[in-house]
Amino acid sequence: MSVDVAPGSILVLFGPSGAGKTTVLRQIAGLDRPDAGTIRFGEHTWFDSAAGIWQPPQHRRIGLVFQEPALFPHLSVEENVRYGVRYASDRRRTRVGPLSEIATMLGVDPIEKRSARRLSGGEARRVALARALAPGPQLLLLDEPFAALDAPTRTRLRHDVRALLHRLGTRAVLVTHDRTEAMAMGDEMAVMIDGRVRQVGPIADAFSHPSDAAVAASLGVEAVLPARVTASSGGLLTVAVAQMELHVAEREPTPPGTDVYACIRAEDVTIERASHPRASARNHLPARVVAIAHEGPIDRVTLDCGFKLDALITRQSREELELAPGAEVIAAIKATSVHLVPRA
Amino acid sequence: MDWTALWLSVRLATATTAVLLALGIPLAYWIVFSPRRWKFLVEAIVAVPLVLPPTVLGFYVLIAIGPLSPVGRAYTRIAGHGLPFTFEGLLIASVLYSMPFAVQPFSAEFASVDRRLLEASWSLGVSRIATFARVVLPLSVRGLVTGIVLSFAHTLGEFGVVLMVGGNLPGVTRTVSISIYDAVQALDYRSASQTSLLLLIVSFVILASTYSLQRSVWIKPRH
Repeated sequence: MSVDVAPGSILVLFGPSGAGKTTVLRQIAGLDRPDAGTIRFGEHTWFDSAAGIWQPPQHRRIGLVFQEPALFPHLSVEENVRYGVRYASDRRRTRVGPLSEIATMLGVDPIEKRSARRLSGGEARRVALARALAPGPQLLLLDEPFAALDAPTRTRLRHDVRALLHRLGTRAVLVTHDRTEAMAMGDEMAVMIDGRVRQVGPIADAFSHPSDAAVAASLGVEAVLPARVTASSGGLLTVAVAQMELHVAEREPTPPGTDVYACIRAEDVTIERASHPRASARNHLPARVVAIAHEGPIDRVTLDCGFKLDALITRQSREELELAPGAEVIAAIKATSVHLVPRA
Repeated sequence: MDWTALWLSVRLATATTAVLLALGIPLAYWIVFSPRRWKFLVEAIVAVPLVLPPTVLGFYVLIAIGPLSPVGRAYTRIAGHGLPFTFEGLLIASVLYSMPFAVQPFSAEFASVDRRLLEASWSLGVSRIATFARVVLPLSVRGLVTGIVLSFAHTLGEFGVVLMVGGNLPGVTRTVSISIYDAVQALDYRSASQTSLLLLIVSFVILASTYSLQRSVWIKPRH
């Protein structure tokens, strides 16, 4: 596969456990050697079985963070963070800027004398990230680095890491099987199933338009729509999606201005012929039927309501409503059926 | 008590341990990190002195360094005298004899270092050798101390190998265990019992401190 990743953006390598994500990451890092093929990064060839090229990890200028922080237990926080720095060239060091800036943005005291083994889980991950970024890598590789953390710590770290990568312009590959994490952190996504990359593309596309049934099953079937919170009142958020507005029940405090993904399952979308003024659903969107696909006794109706949205309805309902491509309908979605994932 | 013999044994044990530290660390490194399939043969050769009777080992060393072997002849040409029945000859034999007591604790400790630490270090641009020096060695202090202590203690008490290679020259090759044997032969039980008791106490103290290390009584565990 080949992916364009803009400076400062994150490619998510997504897939169920055992899909081979970590193997791919280790091969990119140069820790494992593939049997055949090529690995290229920009103009650098890291592996080419035909040409007999193999760059060891030391020559790839990468940063690597595992699920476990793997800090050097005999060294202090400062020594851990500085560990790889003296091997980086001076030119690279100036390009990256002062090490203290990276450490500070990650909330690590760069001259901390405490032993690495005395840190909490969240602190240790921050130090591991600072250590990986300090020598100014051209690519950061993250193997489920936040998996073992509690939810608030994980959310904060995701945010800090995204902001820092953006600031440094460092590209990253993030391995995860957690769809929330993929949405919160990723820009591009590659979906892996059974050792093969099945789909590559911008993250919302991959979620909203899975290339085949296996990808859809691994991602969960639902629309994932880039959106922004515009207002909040009485536990109800107003979210702008394309040119439309959705009302969404506020589950976690989400201030206006937050970029989010709005996730809507096709089962939760109801189709009406005329708006019912007293129905409980908060959202009634004018829509046009684009296509109808038969999935056994269920029909999948693809709607265009300013954005693409699928609805699953029974064949009987479809017949009663006399739905056909081109029909003008109302898509009804309950405020509690829209699930928001804030972008880190 | 035969202080000359005791002093000789201490010198021999110290020299042997120093040589084993210099040779054993690279050898243990190679055994642990080499991808070669046939490295089990090297491991077996290193471990042979554990099961071979010391007299057999001593016999082969004697032949190998004797005037009829190329090694022995080359040494004689350079040094002006042969290796058997000298301190140097004894040192070579002791190094071989105590090799497993250094190499095995070293390699066991190297192998137990979390592999992800090595991979983290490599990915940070640090070479394999530098990673070994900066990560593996500092985390292997316990194994290194154990190996040093055991090879020292083992050399201090050797008997069969010394007898075969070194003979019994006072101040040159008469080590403490041979001196005890001589004392008993001469019915000097008083001297024999004093020296024996000293060796017993030294051995016990050394082993007790080693086991306390293993149980991390003094040095903190890694994690």
